Amino acid sequence: MIRVRVSTEPIDLAAEMASIERGGAVATFTGLVRADVVEGQGSVATLELEHYPGATEAALERLAAEATARWSLSAASVVHRVGPMHPGERIVFVGTAAEHRAAALEACAYLIDRLKTHAPFWKKETVGGGTRWVDARGSDDAAAARWD
Amino acid sequence: MRVLYFAWVRERVGAGEEEVTPPGEVATVADLAAWLAGRSEGHAAAFAEPARLRAAVDQAFVPLDAPIAGAREVAIFPPVTGG
Repeated sequence: MIRVRVSTEPIDLAAEMASIERGGAVATFTGLVRADVVEGQGSVATLELEHYPGATEAALERLAAEATARWSLSAASVVHRVGPMHPGERIVFVGTAAEHRAAALEACAYLIDRLKTHAPFWKKETVGGGTRWVDARGSDDAAAARWD
Repeated sequence: MRVLYFAWVRERVGAGEEEVTPPGEVATVADLAAWLAGRSEGHAAAFAEPARLRAAVDQAFVPLDAPIAGAREVAIFPPVTGG
């Protein structure tokens, strides 16, 4: 089972987790908006997520299908929030289910690592009354590349 | 051909998408960006640093030297920052 959703709605963790409970092992990752401090400007007040409708869902489905094939998953779910949100809110949920824990845990790490570099999302922060687009990080490329 | 822009590329261009008909010598995404840069000051600012640009042709991610012949939709955007 593969589930992919991109939505402006808050992520309901209990519902998302329950939807992938099958097999013997479930692993999940939840990403929250951080209140990062920007030197001299205070901390991030809001985060706005932009994406490429159509291409985003296709990219997430491709990643979920790759993980399902590589780790023989019984379920893979990727839910990504877009639009404006605040620190502490859930921005992304990844859940994987397999017969045993190693496959579920590895596939979950694979999905979030690859999502960060292979899906068309862009973050814009509001800090100290101004806005700025978040730069891509080399460490994210390295994390994604470890699965090659 | 439909050209889509996202994030700061969209903001600098001043539009999320436009319909364009590039001349025949515009063969790759990089050629297209260079050609688009001539349309306005905003376009010029958006496409000034090709190393900071990424692209998709018909919703498939491609390097900037990828051909655009026959493409219906080309998207140009900064490196992605999801998750």
